[in-house]
Amino acid sequence: MIHLEYLDRPHSVQTAPVVCMHCDSPTCAEVCPADAIKRTADGVVQAARKPRCIACNNCVLACPFGVPKMATDLELMMKCDMCYDRTSVGKKPMCATVCPSQALFYGTEDEIERLRPNSVPVNRFQFGDQTITTQVRVMAPKTPAVEYVDVTSSLNAQAIGQDIFFNILEEPFTGGK
Amino acid sequence: MALLPVDCTAILERFGPHLAYSEGLRLTTGVEPDRIVDTHCCFCGQQCGIRLKVKDNQVFGFEPREDFPFNQGMLCPKGVKRYLQGSHPDRLLSCYERDPRSPGGFRPLPYERAIERVASEIQRIQSAYGPDAFALLSGASLTNEKAYLIGKFAHMALKTANIDYNGRLCMVSAGAGNKKAFGVDRAANPWSDILKAEVIWISGANVAECAPITTNYIWQAREFGAKVIVIDPRITPIARTCDLFLPIKPGSDVALFNGVLHLMIENDWLDHEFINSHTAGFNDVAESVKAWTPEKTAAVTGVSERGIRQAAEWWGRAKTSFLMHARGIEHHSHGVQNVLGAINLVLASGRIGRPGCGYGTITGQANGQGAREHGQKCDQLPGYRELNNPAHRAEVAQVWGIDPRELPHAGADAYEIFRKIDRGEIRGLLSICFNPMVSLPDNNFIRRALDKVEFYAAVDFFLNETAHHADVVLPSALQEEDEGTVTQLEGRVIKINKAVDCPGDARPDWKIVQDLAHRLGCERGFSFQSPREIFEELRRASRGGIADYSGITYEKIEKQNGVFWPCPDEKHTGTPRLFEPGSWNPVAQGAGPFYFADGKARFNVATYTPSAETTDEDYPVILTTGRVVSQYLSGTQTRRIGPLVDQYPEPRVEMHPRLASRLGIADGDWTTVESRRGQLTLRAQVVTTIRPDTIFIPYHWAGSQSVNQLTISAQDPISRIPEFKVCAVRLRKTPSTGS
Repeated sequence: MIHLEYLDRPHSVQTAPVVCMHCDSPTCAEVCPADAIKRTADGVVQAARKPRCIACNNCVLACPFGVPKMATDLELMMKCDMCYDRTSVGKKPMCATVCPSQALFYGTEDEIERLRPNSVPVNRFQFGDQTITTQVRVMAPKTPAVEYVDVTSSLNAQAIGQDIFFNILEEPFTGGK
Repeated sequence: MALLPVDCTAILERFGPHLAYSEGLRLTTGVEPDRIVDTHCCFCGQQCGIRLKVKDNQVFGFEPREDFPFNQGMLCPKGVKRYLQGSHPDRLLSCYERDPRSPGGFRPLPYERAIERVASEIQRIQSAYGPDAFALLSGASLTNEKAYLIGKFAHMALKTANIDYNGRLCMVSAGAGNKKAFGVDRAANPWSDILKAEVIWISGANVAECAPITTNYIWQAREFGAKVIVIDPRITPIARTCDLFLPIKPGSDVALFNGVLHLMIENDWLDHEFINSHTAGFNDVAESVKAWTPEKTAAVTGVSERGIRQAAEWWGRAKTSFLMHARGIEHHSHGVQNVLGAINLVLASGRIGRPGCGYGTITGQANGQGAREHGQKCDQLPGYRELNNPAHRAEVAQVWGIDPRELPHAGADAYEIFRKIDRGEIRGLLSICFNPMVSLPDNNFIRRALDKVEFYAAVDFFLNETAHHADVVLPSALQEEDEGTVTQLEGRVIKINKAVDCPGDARPDWKIVQDLAHRLGCERGFSFQSPREIFEELRRASRGGIADYSGITYEKIEKQNGVFWPCPDEKHTGTPRLFEPGSWNPVAQGAGPFYFADGKARFNVATYTPSAETTDEDYPVILTTGRVVSQYLSGTQTRRIGPLVDQYPEPRVEMHPRLASRLGIADGDWTTVESRRGQLTLRAQVVTTIRPDTIFIPYHWAGSQSVNQLTISAQDPISRIPEFKVCAVRLRKTPSTGS
């Protein structure tokens, strides 16, 4: 289960799919009082186990990426488990398989190197003093080289794409009224 | 007599749209399907491969189809949720006839009685008023087999000149422009050529929402270093990540193309060798763009001179390129001129007919390509032949075993059919797969015309909003309930495979049409037992035509994952890329790669004229219309699929904050938009991603939410496409009702 958000619709059409990053040391699991969130040996952080989840919402509040959602009607936390039913049998997760722009991609480092020659995968995220490493990577430009994503400071960044438009749209407007 | 039988709310209550969500089998994990059917999506012209999971004659889920080369598993939200259209509570399971006393205004009717009634009304109207007094409207979501048979039915059984299809709202400007310039109307290249292009030019195409999979081709090319130029009045999702965005004033595309060609000539960014050897007419065009200086172009288009110069330089200096356009430049009263202007840029660059050098219009509907080739268009016969061409008439008449003199001549376009109804020249109407009450402009006029028709029969799988006015409704098959071929946006003929049987009395459109033909006394030529048999005749009928399918077989399609036409014989593997140097075609006969006797492409002077309705003091704002990613065309299917409706529940008026603040409108406010033809009230969406002089409203909705109450029915004189993309409106904040 993933969700999609507009970053700043009044000013941009940019959207962001929110998938679980599958942290090496998952905050959601660490704060779970019922030990309902398990991490598999291959690094996938699973959705809450139904018999154990007490719907306390701790994971929803604690996740630095805003991933888990509480399904109050089911009294169950739900989140992306990297389509464990698919990936455990050699298929790709559904979201990355169908993604029409391949903004979500599932594959090997070699494949992504070939498809995104100007970018490099990054899996270190800085939240203030805390560093989180994840199984899921985001692509960052090769130059300038980026070792980690400073999440706190990028919260203030503009939605991508505005720079090329503003100067054109803000020029004196000569069209109709 | 086609007034609504009962109040509209009563019809909606009985026939929907109701929303389908996953439940039962569809929500159960671990269900073993009875079978998995490899087929294609039922929606847009990309025709993505998809696998449908079937159990107990129900499509209960899907799997991506990663082996199909075009989409390699990718799907948009419409494709992901398309399985919810099956087993839908709104599905028409029997024939109906209007009956104000029945719930919802219609009472069920046995199939044979319905066929009997429609056929006898056709006979009554045609014998009283002549054969042309009964008209047919058909659709471009139909397979090639159905499109072919419906054209044959109109021309051979009904002998009416008046058949046209909803591609009139879609592909006709591009088609007419392509025929004038290349002599043939098909995307010139497979989409794989996009990946090899250095510059990608996108004019008037909301790619990410209307042809979502194409996004990956463009973005992948950009990853390899391509520069992407987008021309649109709105920052659409594909525009957000482009390299140059030109926020053009709606209706002025041809001016921009001419201005860019002016700069290409001034800077000698031309392929002289190509222009001299493979084209005709360049000098006249060069003369015609002399006046289009950057200053003048900027003044007309509302795009900065700097932007125009940058676009011209990138385009002019490129070694490889791909130019694509869609309805944004085609839905105009000068849509063909816009297309010709775009093609002039391609011809001047010489970048066509080679790897990484491409051009194509992005087809809208599932079979937007094939359905415009085989004879359901008002001036057309199969194989892209023309009704008014004596040689073409003779060729098709021979396949059909009739005298060419029996064939009618070219008839009226889809909009003109309603004007003829209004004037009393057409008295009866049969619509198949067409919902004009939502999709045609100025639909208050369409409703008035429908009220005048003496008899109207509608064929569809759900009761679409036009069918509300019908006297008889016949239930047809969903895409997954029949087999056949479709020609997708690259010109690749693909195969739709049957997954489930039709429920109730519903049946494939081709069976309904044949039953009508039989009841009208036409057995001969209408006794096909399967789509395959129809396809075999279509192959023969298209042989030697421009759109030659004669070498295509169902088996070859399956084996090759599609066959690009032309495919003139059984050994031929198809033609992915048109106009390759040294290629042969039936018109040039080896004289050159283009489809004219001398084998040369044609430059055409592309003339700028303002839109039919420009803004003035009373109506000071431009209205433009289009689509959203989660809805499809008139919404007959997608407004019934819950998750797609939830994604974008209702149309909104998109406007720039500068315009909104002048009118005192805040985001979310109810706003009344008014044109000379009608008005509607919707919530405002205040965004900086649109030109301040333009508002945008998507058109998928019906009734009081239909933006086509406002649009203008002005049409292109050549293609007869309506001007959906520009009309003049005024808007105001709707006073609070105090409720």
